[in-house]
Amino acid sequence: MNVLEVRNVRKCFGTDVVLEDLSLTVPEHTATVLIGASGSGKSTLLRCINLLDDIDDGSIVLDGQEITDPAIDVDVIRRRLGMVFQSFNLFPHMSVLDNITLSPIWVHGVSKDEAQSQAMELLKRFDLGDKAQQFPDRLSGGQQQRVAIIRSIAVRPRLLLLDEVTSALDPVLVNEVLSIVRDLKQDGMTMVLATHEMGFATQVADEVCFLESGRIVERGPASQVISNPQLPQTQEFLKRVHEAGRL
Amino acid sequence: MSTNDSPIHDSVGRASSWVPSDREVERIAQRKVIARKRIAVATLSSVLVLGALIIAIVTSPGFRVVQETFFDVSYGRAVLHIVARGLVTNIMLTIIASIVIGIFAMTLALLRTSRSAALTPFRILATAYVDIFRGVPLLLVILLIGFGVPALRIHGLTSSVLVLGTVAVVMTYSAYVAEVLRSGILSVHPSQRAAARSLGLSQSQTLRFVVLPQAIKRVIPPLLNDLVALLKDTGLVSILGVIDAVRAAQIDASRTFNYTPYVVASLLFLCITIPLTRYTDRTLLRSIARQNAQGAA
Ligand SMILES: Nc1ncnc2c1ncn2[C@@H]1O[C@H](COP(=O)(O)OP(=O)(O)OP(=O)(O)O)[C@@H](O)[C@H]1O
Ligand SMILES: [Mg+2]
Repeated sequence: MNVLEVRNVRKCFGTDVVLEDLSLTVPEHTATVLIGASGSGKSTLLRCINLLDDIDDGSIVLDGQEITDPAIDVDVIRRRLGMVFQSFNLFPHMSVLDNITLSPIWVHGVSKDEAQSQAMELLKRFDLGDKAQQFPDRLSGGQQQRVAIIRSIAVRPRLLLLDEVTSALDPVLVNEVLSIVRDLKQDGMTMVLATHEMGFATQVADEVCFLESGRIVERGPASQVISNPQLPQTQEFLKRVHEAGRL
Repeated sequence: MSTNDSPIHDSVGRASSWVPSDREVERIAQRKVIARKRIAVATLSSVLVLGALIIAIVTSPGFRVVQETFFDVSYGRAVLHIVARGLVTNIMLTIIASIVIGIFAMTLALLRTSRSAALTPFRILATAYVDIFRGVPLLLVILLIGFGVPALRIHGLTSSVLVLGTVAVVMTYSAYVAEVLRSGILSVHPSQRAAARSLGLSQSQTLRFVVLPQAIKRVIPPLLNDLVALLKDTGLVSILGVIDAVRAAQIDASRTFNYTPYVVASLLFLCITIPLTRYTDRTLLRSIARQNAQGAA
């Protein structure tokens, strides 16, 4: 069963075409990894799926329901989606626990006690049990991003969108965040993620899509796209990433 | 627990074995000398400057007269309770006005920052309101409302100068405070809204739980500033005949041709505004420190 289908999507900013005729299918319990140079449209695609940006053509289907229908209630759709941003975006005026329980309590109608005990369980599982009452500015970048991931999965989304969740972090902190994502993949979470970490992409991806100027120009399993790319653009991109010391 | 114990032992152990080096002892002594010199210089310059100022005033040819007509201590003591009773009016007016201003200004700010299509006419009205009331001097608004509204002779409408004066103050200050609140709302980064919306929070929940708490925290220092200004400006309603501290002082002064009541009123205002401005200063510095800490994190 497909959780997400992106069909021939087009997205423009003014006269710039940022996504063009882009299609993507994400079956349940799989991870799709988006790679590509800066500006190739990865973030834009994730924002469109999350309905933070409107698309200019095509359609996006979640669990068989078209979510790009103008008449749809976006708040209801977003309850089924989780998104984690490059810059964490934790709420600075709330404790870690309040950050995590805000949506379960006010959007999903979970009782406060239950939301808190579920949040504590997740925090403990990811070694953050002692940080529940801290405020975000007292946490390291890696801890903040782990809290942000926990916050987005606390509402048990059907689909998790992760936008370069490690690129604002020190290399030493990257691993603690990636290991959470690996765990979630093992739990069977369906996800779409943009990343520059090719080693990590190889580990979690069921499908890798290489974007160039808003199109997916090469796609397939990681063993193919990352280890043995066919197109010269893909080879060139991976060579540059490799030179930057990320492979 | 056990992880916490070891570093404490460590630092205690190190502290007991540490003996400052000769150079450090010397440095501490040097620092003391430098500090003592700074205090001496500061004291000397303060005494010189303030002393010169006081001598200049006291020896000025008109000082005797000024002292009698402005600083008559026994007269001041006699009018103190009358002026103080007037000040209670200013304080009450400030309290009531600031509550109404808070509600009205927040409504204006929310209207101006909303993007809803249905609210478009209200958004235009709110913008026009803010532009007009920020542009007209408060004194004129007080005169127009205080004398204009009763002249309309609308049945059932109050002609109490106290109420009308308060309304005028509220109308003007709401425009200012609305702008402060709006700037606070706009200063919350769009990524905070995006994060809230992507968690499924509705437009109004995002405002209530994410945007407004951060916005208000940021504008507390300028709002406290406005509160001080509001307290002082309530004195302007005296022009309508409201017996506040200013008016009470004026009545007495015009009877005796001695201006000491004005000085008494000024001192009473200062008794309230100085602690408030000191407090405002402290919250401002604290909020700057907090923002810097966040930037570094
Ligand atoms: N709000 C916007 N207005 C105008 N142009 C935009 C906007 N957001 C993105 N773009 C443009 O869309 C293109 C794709 O941007 P996007 O952020 O999706 O790239 P990306 O693949 O995520 O890059 P990176 O790896 O640097 O994050 C870029 O050329 C960018 O300039
Ligand atoms: Mg991006």
